[in-house]
Amino acid sequence: MTAPLLEVNDLKMHFPIKSGLFSRAKTFNRAVDGVSLSIQPGETVGLVGESGCGKSTLGRCIARLYQPTEGRVYFKGNDLVHLSHKALLPYRQNIQMIFQDPMESLNARHTVGEILEEPFIIHGIGDAQSRRRSVAKLLDTVGLPSRSATRYPFEFSGGQRQRIGIARAIALNPELIICDEPVSALDVSIQSQILNLLMDLQQEYNLAYLFIAHDLAVVKHISDRVLIMYLGQIVESAASETIYQSPLHPYTQSLISAIPIPDPHRKTNRILLQGDVPSPIAPPSGCRFHTRCPVAEPRCSETAPSLLEAETQHDARCLLINSQ
Amino acid sequence: MTLLSVRELVTEFSTDEGTVRAVDGVSFDLPTGGTLGIVGESGCGKSVTALSIMGLLPQPNGRIASGEVVYEGENLAMASEVRRQAIRGAEVSMIFQEPMTALNPVHTIGRQLTEVVALHTNQSAAEQISTATDMLARVGIPEPAIRMTEYPHQLSGGMRQRVVIAIALICQPNLVIADEPTTALDVTIQAQILELIRTLQNDTGMAMIMITHDLGVIAETCEQVVVMYAGQVVEQGTVFDIFDSPKHPYTRGLLASIPTLDNQPKAPLEIIPGMVPSLHELPKACRFANRCTFAEARCEIEAPPIEVLSSSHQVRCLKWAQL
Repeated sequence: MTAPLLEVNDLKMHFPIKSGLFSRAKTFNRAVDGVSLSIQPGETVGLVGESGCGKSTLGRCIARLYQPTEGRVYFKGNDLVHLSHKALLPYRQNIQMIFQDPMESLNARHTVGEILEEPFIIHGIGDAQSRRRSVAKLLDTVGLPSRSATRYPFEFSGGQRQRIGIARAIALNPELIICDEPVSALDVSIQSQILNLLMDLQQEYNLAYLFIAHDLAVVKHISDRVLIMYLGQIVESAASETIYQSPLHPYTQSLISAIPIPDPHRKTNRILLQGDVPSPIAPPSGCRFHTRCPVAEPRCSETAPSLLEAETQHDARCLLINSQ
Repeated sequence: MTLLSVRELVTEFSTDEGTVRAVDGVSFDLPTGGTLGIVGESGCGKSVTALSIMGLLPQPNGRIASGEVVYEGENLAMASEVRRQAIRGAEVSMIFQEPMTALNPVHTIGRQLTEVVALHTNQSAAEQISTATDMLARVGIPEPAIRMTEYPHQLSGGMRQRVVIAIALICQPNLVIADEPTTALDVTIQAQILELIRTLQNDTGMAMIMITHDLGVIAETCEQVVVMYAGQVVEQGTVFDIFDSPKHPYTRGLLASIPTLDNQPKAPLEIIPGMVPSLHELPKACRFANRCTFAEARCEIEAPPIEVLSSSHQVRCLKWAQL
């Protein structure tokens, strides 16, 4: 195996919860609680979980939009967590983000041309003329007409705005793009257009993606490997095909069985989970999933399982699997 | 027995740029106890169809311009507001998408449930409270008596959606319209809510209209399906007609473009090129022609009528027989 492009070691992001203006934080929201992962150049890693599991926070920690509480983020072997803002600048070119709602992530008062030119200005690349040429080329790459440069974000549909968001992300030829729910706000027919665009760009520029989403079918389609996250921790990781064919963790099994299948002939054997996701402020003792797990045993509430290799290239965090 | 019959429904909105037709000639029948799905992308008119049936169009801009909404022999499109209020919530009710906006944040859960009972029955205050508590228990809310005294913000998203369902069903309606009831929920919670709706429907024998963009939800819950595009019905049939032998190029495109767990990973997905036209500048003839891979010259000139393929299956396409 080649050296990983990105390596995350035991990353933690604990948000303090203060009860008053001057009081010290007594409790913490453990949004991300000890996550390790690696991404190879040109690889797509899918990150799946329900709302509040910490998947977006993890993405933002990797892009250093948040300063993680603990842990390391190595990009090509260099630790990003402790770099100053200035020292981080060259890495920001290489790690970009695409957000869920392009209306909120594009400045409504700037033209599309200005939005796409900004990364070049910040990083001091090229003169005005070459920047304009780059903008025209970017628009063409993501399938927008070149006259779009003089228009404002509100003049575009949701799918087109997401194309603008993608153009901005690829402007500086990054090696890694963190896609945070990039298609979940889009209609079905537009969603497939954007997924195809992301896959084409990956081929052309050898991009690596961390693809964060809650839609398992979408994640399976685009990812090489998939990580399943529950309450701030990775509970299972395997190749995309493996995780859907033979999921090991009870949470993954129930997640996959919960997807409604667009085939009226197929009757699913659904594993219905009871209750809601517990709060990450006071996660359950032992295995965090034991409160909803259909096969939990008494020991699951006492001993916290570790993420261990259960089969080749297939890790799971479950006492019942790892003791077999 | 036909419970609800929508005939050539046309709903218009006045906007700054003139009148737009959000729903243009929609017709379908729903039998007693049946389940009908309306599927389509944003702006296709599926929610406006629901609001027209309910008589909840935004005032003063929205109105039913023509057509009939016949519920048990009575045309609701012509009914007075007093009559509509008597029916709404008691016989026909609605489950909304966003439980946080559908619930009143400053009233307790209990008050929002008993309000409906008080309006439509003559139960005493004590009876209203016990009816409401029972209903909360039936939708699977633990400790219903305590929840009655709590406010919406104290509940999780899944629990709030259960409360919205409880409010819709508390008067045992004959028809429930569910507008994207699970879109805002996580997949494991969605599975719980769909299961709950199915159980309640089995117990009460109510009919349901399920509005969603998720073809998976349609396949699992519905018997009949109406596919809408740009304000019109482009195809309708039984769930097997639509999923096994879709005839309209739009229905085919929708079915082909969703990634499923059986797809070859990383293979390019089928796409429908372009985007939904604006209601202000709809194509004159076939509204899907400019995105259709099978379109030919006459599709841009001749508006396709609804054609009947079988007793259950209808399609609005000039070329369906050749595809």
